[in-house]
Amino acid sequence: MEMIVVAPPAPGRLEDLKRRFFATPLQALLSLISLTIMAFIVWKLLDWAVFSAVFTTGGGPEACQAAAGACWSVITARWRVILFGLYPFEEQWRSALACVSVVVMTVLSCMPAFWTGRRIALVWGAGTGLYYVLMKGGVLGLPYVGEEAWGGLALTLFIFVTTCLVGFPLAICLALLRRSDLPWISRTTGLIIDGVRSLPLISILFTFAVVLPFALPQWLQGDKLYRVILGSALFFSAYQAEIVRGGMQGVPAGQEEAAMALGMSYWQRIGRIVLPQAMRNALPATINQFVISFKETSLVVIVGFFEILASGNAAYGTGEWRFAYVEVYAFIAFIYFVFVFSLSRYGAYLERRMSVSER
Amino acid sequence: MVSLLRNQKVRNTLLQVLFVGSLAAMVLACVMIARRNLAEQGITSGFDFLFKSTGWDVNFSLLPANANDPYWWFFLIGIINTLFLGTTGLVLATIVGTIVGLARTSSNELARLLGRTYVDIFRNIPLILQVFFWYAVITHLPTPRAAHEAFGMLLTSRGLYVPIPNVGGAALAAAMLAVIAAIALPVWLGRTPRLNQPFGERSTIQLAGAAAALACAAVILAVGRLPDLPLLDFPALQGLNLKGGMRIPPEFSALAIAIAIYGGSYIAEIVRGGFKAVGKGQMEAALSLGLSPWRVFTLVRLPLALRAMLPILANQYVWLMKATTMGIAVGFTDFFMIVALTINHSGQTLEVIGILMAGFLAINLSLAAVFNRINKAIALKGNQLRG
Repeated sequence: MEMIVVAPPAPGRLEDLKRRFFATPLQALLSLISLTIMAFIVWKLLDWAVFSAVFTTGGGPEACQAAAGACWSVITARWRVILFGLYPFEEQWRSALACVSVVVMTVLSCMPAFWTGRRIALVWGAGTGLYYVLMKGGVLGLPYVGEEAWGGLALTLFIFVTTCLVGFPLAICLALLRRSDLPWISRTTGLIIDGVRSLPLISILFTFAVVLPFALPQWLQGDKLYRVILGSALFFSAYQAEIVRGGMQGVPAGQEEAAMALGMSYWQRIGRIVLPQAMRNALPATINQFVISFKETSLVVIVGFFEILASGNAAYGTGEWRFAYVEVYAFIAFIYFVFVFSLSRYGAYLERRMSVSER
Repeated sequence: MVSLLRNQKVRNTLLQVLFVGSLAAMVLACVMIARRNLAEQGITSGFDFLFKSTGWDVNFSLLPANANDPYWWFFLIGIINTLFLGTTGLVLATIVGTIVGLARTSSNELARLLGRTYVDIFRNIPLILQVFFWYAVITHLPTPRAAHEAFGMLLTSRGLYVPIPNVGGAALAAAMLAVIAAIALPVWLGRTPRLNQPFGERSTIQLAGAAAALACAAVILAVGRLPDLPLLDFPALQGLNLKGGMRIPPEFSALAIAIAIYGGSYIAEIVRGGFKAVGKGQMEAALSLGLSPWRVFTLVRLPLALRAMLPILANQYVWLMKATTMGIAVGFTDFFMIVALTINHSGQTLEVIGILMAGFLAINLSLAAVFNRINKAIALKGNQLRG
């Protein structure tokens, strides 16, 4: 005789949907409202950006202006200006390669294998050095291109990377000074850190770019670009110093006392016992600070640099593409989004991983 | 001598003197060089310039201003503009943030997804890019002649024109104060221990207080009303220009929109964190006492969440206040732009930088003081935040 096995009926797909989205009248209403908003936005966006959009430059700006949707041909026509600014046309491959070197450097420093002081310093030193040689040229048969011709995404990345490169060691110095047992040193450092933190970044950039030349001897002034980088590094380090200090406070006092009892010197204690543990504690907040600092790089447009925002303004501001500002800003926003979103996702992943390992 | 250097105390003192001394020397050297450089340009240091007239004008001011006014008046206008923009931005950002934050903590999956998408998109695009974007959108609106019309407002490339009541300036300000009182009074009445009455009666007194303040506002408006004019002044096209109503310049609206959207995405996360910090046991206990879901929310969940998020919210507000300095990117005359313009026109670099620092220090410190006060006033006794 044949046996018929009847499994208990699995909840149908329809039932599952009903349970998840339409459990109560209020839930159903909320779901409907959310669904309507989402459908409306997605449809409008798709229609604008894809279905009614113009992608080729064939028709010129006129064909674009007639279309109902987005005019991506402005990007096709002007992407080089947005990404590389006024960098000489034949040399723009160098600018692109320099950007790649920065991205590779960032990806490498996200890998735990590189998380020792020496390795990370090596990666960042090499990456920035490569960037500098590629952009500036003058050696290895590359024609010389001065800083005033740098622009677009390449300049944004340069300012970000050098800000971190200068700001990070400075932040550790400030954190150590603030933690000092000598009251005058810790108090003065605290005053500097809090003073910088209470000012908006724009005012610091403005001071370094416009006011500082008055207050420095001729030989110390340097290029405006490097002064602005110094200003943004100072700002970065004031915030990062507090993060590092917070990380140090999370290291149990017994650790340092034990190191002292073993007869380790101050630098050994800091370099081998306190800082490694402090940096681990501070890692999520540090990544967050990097994210914020990358977004704030865009502020240098105000003191007159031709970084990605300014080059975007120029891309639509002149001549026949005047109407296509939404597309240009959307393109730049997308570039920022890719960088910032992936970095902040990585930070969130790290935080989760660390909270798991601590259990 | 060498033994003196070996002495820990002597060495520490020496180190400190060296550190503070070298910093002070650096600052002093910079100031000296700056003064000499400025003197070569014929600029004498001192604060006398504050009383000279500026010779340039501001494009946005809540107070009367023209090119004959002295510098100190312009600094005041700048501070008021910054505070006005900052407060508008804060209020809008808080509204957006609360809505999105509530969506993110809702039990509905679709609402959560919607909130998350919002936060992910707008948090990851720099604020200044959003400012530029909205400024471009508003200045590309049609000219006054082809203006969009909505609810009596006119949207044009020259700004947003909104209807205003035909009431004298002083009466309008007084009426606004009365409306603020109408909002604040119930809160204060709800908290003051002097009114130690049962729950129901207290809410009656609160309602009465609010109604009285609102009535006060209505009376002020009725008394201060300009004669022979309709109560509301609608903007309308007259010839090639718009007459009537109040014009909100594109610079201001672009900044306010951008700060509301960007700040809203940050505040949404703070709101979410605040609600997450409320222990599940609190809500379960409230439900098991037989409170309705609405009362659980208003009497248990919201007050506890508010206390958890307030300190972080204070930091965010300070940050947003500082973000108003982006006004210079689109030409809104906030405090920082006035500072930059003053440096350009008067050359009194050092003094003006000092004023800039003092101004922001004052804004930051007073915001921090206000929030500390609120924090202390609503802090719970004991460990009641624990789940």
